[in-house]
Formats: sequence, C-alpha cells, structure tokens
Amino acid sequence: MNTVVSTAPKDRARELVAMRARIAAGVRNQQIFAAVGVLFTAFALLVLIAAFLDLLIDGLPRLSWDFLTNFPSRHPDQAGILSAWVGSAFVMLVTMLSAVPIGIGAAIYLEEYAGKNWFTDLIEINVTNLAGVPSIVYGLLALGLFVYQFGFGQSILAAGLTLALLILPIVIVSSREALRAVPIHIREAAYGVGATRWQMVSDHLVPYSRGGMMTGVILGMAEAIGQTAPLITIGALTFIAFLPEMPVTGEFPFLSMEWIWSGFTVLPIQMYNWVSRPNVEFQINAAAAGVILLLMTLLMNSLAIYLRYQVRKKIKW
Amino acid sequence: MVTEPLAQAAAAPAAAIKAEVRDLSFYYGDFKSLKGISLPIEEHKVTALIGPSGCGKSTLLRCFNRMHDLYPGNRYEGAINLFPDNVNILARDVDPIEVRMRIGMVFQKPNPFPKSIYDNVAYGLRVRGLRNKTELDDRVEKALKGAALWEEVKNRLDEVAFAMSGGQQQRLCIARALATEPELLLFDEPTSALDPIATGSIEELIQEIREQVSILIVTHNMQQAARVSDYTAYMYLGELIEFGKTDNIFVKPQRKETEDYITGRFG
Repeated sequence: MNTVVSTAPKDRARELVAMRARIAAGVRNQQIFAAVGVLFTAFALLVLIAAFLDLLIDGLPRLSWDFLTNFPSRHPDQAGILSAWVGSAFVMLVTMLSAVPIGIGAAIYLEEYAGKNWFTDLIEINVTNLAGVPSIVYGLLALGLFVYQFGFGQSILAAGLTLALLILPIVIVSSREALRAVPIHIREAAYGVGATRWQMVSDHLVPYSRGGMMTGVILGMAEAIGQTAPLITIGALTFIAFLPEMPVTGEFPFLSMEWIWSGFTVLPIQMYNWVSRPNVEFQINAAAAGVILLLMTLLMNSLAIYLRYQVRKKIKW
Repeated sequence: MVTEPLAQAAAAPAAAIKAEVRDLSFYYGDFKSLKGISLPIEEHKVTALIGPSGCGKSTLLRCFNRMHDLYPGNRYEGAINLFPDNVNILARDVDPIEVRMRIGMVFQKPNPFPKSIYDNVAYGLRVRGLRNKTELDDRVEKALKGAALWEEVKNRLDEVAFAMSGGQQQRLCIARALATEPELLLFDEPTSALDPIATGSIEELIQEIREQVSILIVTHNMQQAARVSDYTAYMYLGELIEFGKTDNIFVKPQRKETEDYITGRFG
C-alpha cells in the first residue's frame, strides 16, 4: 500500500545520495552568492577610498591652520576657507534648530495621534516621496517663499530653512521608525497605570527613542552639509571676506541674532568656486576643502553610529 | 449556568461584589469575540478566567481597563459595573484614564520601563500628580514590600529594572500596579514567561495581596487557577460556559464542556 514512502534499504540508500547532491548544490550556490557579494562590496568601498585618497593626495599639502583661518583670496596660496566653514556651521545651526522640532513633532503626530484614514495615508506617501525630490526644487521653492515672499533675503536664515525643508523627510521617517521601535507592551504599561497619551509620549516614547531620532537628525545634517544646488539657487555668495556677527557678544544681553540675516557661503560652494577657476593652484585648494568637508561628514556619521550603539547597549527590548 | 454569587448579590447588599459584568459583548471590527458575558467579581477574592486559546479570556480581561480603546475598530456592548459607586466603566462618558486609575494591570510579559527600579514603581504615582519626595519614597517602599521585592532591591533602587531577573521584573510590575492602590487588579497570564520557581513566588504573592485588592486573573494553566483562585470562569469561543467556586468547578463541574476541558480531554 505504501509506495510513496518506501523503506526498502536500497531505495533508502538512493534517496540519501540524491539528498546529499541537493545539499551540495545548495552549498555551492551559497558560496557563489557570497563571493559575488564580497566583490560588489569591495568595488563600492574601493571607489570610495580611491576618491578620498585622490582628494587627500591633492589637498594635503594645502591643509594647514592658515587654510582654516584665512578668508578666500585672489592669491591661491593665501586663500582659506574661514568664511565657508563658519557659514556652513551657522547654516547647519539654523537647519538643526528648525528641522528637529518640526520633524520630531510631525513624527510624533503621525505615529501616535493621527488616525488611520485616506488623509493621513496621503500625508505619509507625500512625506516619503519628498525625500526623493531633487534638491534644486527645494532651492526654487525657498527662493520664492523664504527669500522673496517672507523677505528673508539671501541670508543664513533662508539657507538654513531651505536645508531644513530638504532634510525634514529624513528626520520624520527615521523618527517614526525610532518611535515604532518602542514595543507595544511598554505603551500598554504606561497606559495601564493611568497615563494620558501625552504622558505616555513625553515620559516614555520620546526618551526611549531619542537615540534613533538623533541618528536620523545627524544623518540628515550630513546630507545637508554637502548641499550646493539649493543654496546657489537662493543666492549664496561665492566670494565672501567677512564673517557674520557672532551670536555671543561681549556686552549685554550677550546674545545677538544679527547673524541670521547675514550673507553667507558654505564649504561646497567655496569648493565649486575654486574648481571652476582655470588656475591649477585653486584646484589644490578645492581638494583641501573637500577633505575638510568629507571629514566633517564622516565625523557626523560616526557620531550617529556611536549614538545608535550607546542606545542599543542601554535599551534592549 | 451556575452563578451563585450573582444570585447572592441580588439578595444581599452589593458590598461583597467589586464588579459585575452584565451581558457584555465585544467586537474587533465585525468579529464578535465576546458573546453576552455576565459574571460577578467578588471583593478581596481571586477570580480566574480559564479556557483554550482564542476563547476570549484576555479580551474580557482587557475590557476591564478599557485597553481596547487604544486600538481603532473595537466596540463594547453591555456593561461592567464597578462598585461601590455602581458606575458602568464601559460607558462612553467614562474616561478610560479614570478607569485605569482605579483598575491596575499586570501583563503577560514583564514590561518594566527602561528606567530605575524606583522610577518604575513611582511612575503611577507621578502620573497622579504626586511630587512630594518623602511620600513617594514611602509609597514606593510600601509597594515593593507588598510585592515581596523590597529586601532584594532596597539597596539598588537606582539600578535599571532591565538588570533584574524575569521573576523580579514581574514582581516589580506588580509593585508598580500596587503603588497606585487600585481597587481591582488584572493579571493577564502573569507567569507564562517565567520559570516554575518564579511562577511559584508570583502565585504566593497573588494569594497575599488579595487582602488589599480584588483580583481577576487570566491563566492558561489550570493548575494555577486551581491553586490561586476562589472563583473560576470557564470560557469557550467567546462565551462563558460555567462560573462558580473554584473547588466546585474543578471537582464537580456542572457542564460537560467544562469537565472535558478540565480533565484534559480537550483544549
């Protein structure tokens, strides 16, 4: 009666042989995939390392303290990136101060408060899609809105807000993921002792997901610091030999907001400016500025990785 | 259906009854998962809900603190009246937060917050606006003693709760619930994630705290129901099949279905 599952010793032996062949084939496929994967990964890494080394070899001779503390100049050997990196820092400050509260607020609303209906679905799809909009489109929007409509002019404020718009989708999406990572049983524990929704959010969700949110913010900032097109669109200066007024002053009230109205340039624009000059000396300056920019980005990314590591070490669900 | 305490309640004053489920139905969307349940919960007694997976025992338990309100598409029908004030806690105009302030819950998986032991126990009190440090200290200590945890943790109240063992974490969750002095405490399979020794200590604890609080416990484990409870309700497919004194349910069940489940012929 049992023809399917035969227990005759001869059949048994044949089945075993066939089974071993199948396993061997599986192992072979797995090894092929692993080899191909290693190859592709190595290729991507090599290109990155080669690009960085190339910049480093070109730019290293130019890297000095003076390079960081000099304004740009007609004379390539005296030109520095002071106004560029200070401009980048100020623009990033505005970007962070505006993108963090708006982005995290939006994430909390979408994740915890908004109901599930066609309207919130629409918002969700749009937020995700905004991450893919070319940055120059943000520049055009900002030119019309911030520079002209709101009258912010070609200022650090307008630039910071533009980049904030650009990284909002990244901040929102990663903050939502961080919120979602807090398990449901923790939420229920908070509600179970009588917490309101806001108490649950502010006492638990936000503190527990802070690491993930900060990671998203830093990755967004690393993206923003390299942006050129939208800032050229809103009218960033390309040659600038002054610094914005410093936010901390010597006299009462010790804080000044004048800097947000200042004209500015940023590192990638300074680089672009130098690259587009015929004099080969300036190309070296561009490479050196590129090294600084890459280092800043790498630094921010490492900070993000470190934060993520710290949080994972502390909170294990 | 055997419902002696309900009959008593009709005759005697309602003092002995903490809560009363009246013709309760519950819907997850279109799915009716509780079908006209009526059940009394006696004060300072342990009532166990047993039945096979999917019978609705956890669903019923979670009606008591309106946990279902957190998720869309859920609907209650009928009433759970809480005494002594005889308020229907499922009524629309009763705030679920008020209900959760009166009725505490201990969950299936120990779920302490990733905060210190002290902050875990104090959280429910802080939510209620208690800020006075000495009073907080006193009530945290009292709750930890109540949960038989004080001796183990009194010197490390600032340590993160995640560093504790599973059984300790669950007792911490019990302390967190006890700290707010609830009138009724819900246990949702509180020992299913614990080893036998930790299970034993939780069961012992449940016996002790019934002096302070009425208890409703869902359990998978029939021996556990027999050990800890005064009353047992057997549920199947969203219906209450039989309810009565635990001794009666386990020794001479009135219904064939109950007997089959209890003797292990089914479930």
